[in-house]
Amino acid sequence: MKILVPVKRVVDYNVKVRVRPDGTGVETANVKMSMNPFDEIAVEEAVRLKEKGVATEIVAVSIGVPQAQEQIRTALAMGADRGILVETADAVEPIAVAKILKAIVDKEAPQIVILGKQAIDDDMNATGQMLAALLGWGQGTFANKVEVADGSASVTREVDGGQETVKLTLPAIVTTDLRLNEPRYASLPNIMKARKKPIETIKPGDLGVDTAPRLKVLKVEEPPKRQAGVKVASAAELVSKLRNEAKVIP
Amino acid sequence: MSVLVLADHDNAAINQPTRSAIAAAGQLGDVHLLVIGPEAVAQAGAKIAGVAKVVHSPAEHIMAEPAAALIAGLADGYTHLLAPGSALGKNIMPRVAALLDVQPISDISGIVDADTFVRPIYAGNALATVQSSDPKKVLTVRAASFDPAAPEGGSAAVEPAQAAADPGVSTFVNAELVKSERPELTAARIVVSGGRAMGSAENFHILDGIADKLGAAVGASRAAVDAGYAPNDQQVGQTGKIVAPELYIAFGISGAIQHLAGMKDSKVIVAVNKDEEAPIFQVADYGLVGDVFKLIPEIEAELGK
Repeated sequence: MKILVPVKRVVDYNVKVRVRPDGTGVETANVKMSMNPFDEIAVEEAVRLKEKGVATEIVAVSIGVPQAQEQIRTALAMGADRGILVETADAVEPIAVAKILKAIVDKEAPQIVILGKQAIDDDMNATGQMLAALLGWGQGTFANKVEVADGSASVTREVDGGQETVKLTLPAIVTTDLRLNEPRYASLPNIMKARKKPIETIKPGDLGVDTAPRLKVLKVEEPPKRQAGVKVASAAELVSKLRNEAKVIP
Repeated sequence: MSVLVLADHDNAAINQPTRSAIAAAGQLGDVHLLVIGPEAVAQAGAKIAGVAKVVHSPAEHIMAEPAAALIAGLADGYTHLLAPGSALGKNIMPRVAALLDVQPISDISGIVDADTFVRPIYAGNALATVQSSDPKKVLTVRAASFDPAAPEGGSAAVEPAQAAADPGVSTFVNAELVKSERPELTAARIVVSGGRAMGSAENFHILDGIADKLGAAVGASRAAVDAGYAPNDQQVGQTGKIVAPELYIAFGISGAIQHLAGMKDSKVIVAVNKDEEAPIFQVADYGLVGDVFKLIPEIEAELGK
């Protein structure tokens, strides 16, 4: 069984992003870039399924600038077998990403596509669900447990108030939530080995996908800043202020 | 023109995030509410202020695949399709959007006009104003950004929905939902949250005393959830719940940007932390420096006075 894992190059989660003064976006020049954290969880889950003997091959896909090869290499060092880079300098919206991935799925015929539930840059939380719709597949989103057996996947999902389990006929889509696993660090020998693994480079046009954006970004601005308030000295003073000054408790 | 809102409910009541989505939808057109679930929930939906019509489709559980097919099938009569940005809305609406060849707009926090919306990006460190060129808009709504519609006051008609074919690729197995007497996190007037400094799952329950006294919901930082001290559905932050209560009290939470993203729109923020340099103090209206294990019982005692 083949598993496809899309990985996105994003501003590292430790970076405090700054809005560009001209309001066109956030500053991404000279900023540390990394694999989207939820995608690391996706790669890890695929590698575990391979280690269990469920999967036989893992293909990592990234869509973006040539440097997105770095994120594919990270996936290869974690245990993916080969990579595909769909190279484009344009910002690609989830709908176009889903269409590109569908074209790759049509070619590669994986049984499972595991994606991060959301990218920490645009916070859209959409691509997995959209790919599932385009393929007509079932979707197990926000997964904290995945079990694959007998042509189906049992996916336990994080929902409001607890969790629920759904059973999906394969092929199917899984999107990862935080508790699914803890991604491994790639070892040095595996990083070296990953350098020899193949990465194929294609363009969105090769797949017949139009990536023209549907959303026009009119402006990007900083949210209103909160002012730091006062320090209080004791529990008694705090409760008194909440009662008499802020008037938020009885 | 009419707009359709997907109701999120627990088979008994329609939740507050749905009523926030209804309020947002009211800025865009006549609101029709889609209830996938029991008849009684549809009747409750008909009473919500601002709902012009309820469209009802009976079901025991809402599954994304048939629900998205149903909504896409209803889409012809609507300019906008909305849902609350809850786990349910996030699961279903992008699927609907793809079926309609539309780029969804997730988690809107503002409406500029029928085509233009404000949404937070980068964990709320930036606000993007985006204009959609799609003929239909598919939106999820950040509940904390819109005052909810009143649960009573409406008297809408309930009509059955044309059933859509189940694609037959998924089945519901079971749900394990935590029964709680406390208010729902995203709807609570007061939220009491704990961080990694709580130290253990057992210690985390020390917060229950204050939460009970204040009628508050209990939240957690991602660090506390990752450490196993609190369940995932209590997580407040970029990848968890977004809350904006009247009072947010953070115990032992340092204030990573991902956590601040989930609570910085709260009206009053209180931070209790032993590290006086913790970033949480930069957004707190009231800060108290000290050991949470000493201060929590003291605050609880003061609240009882």
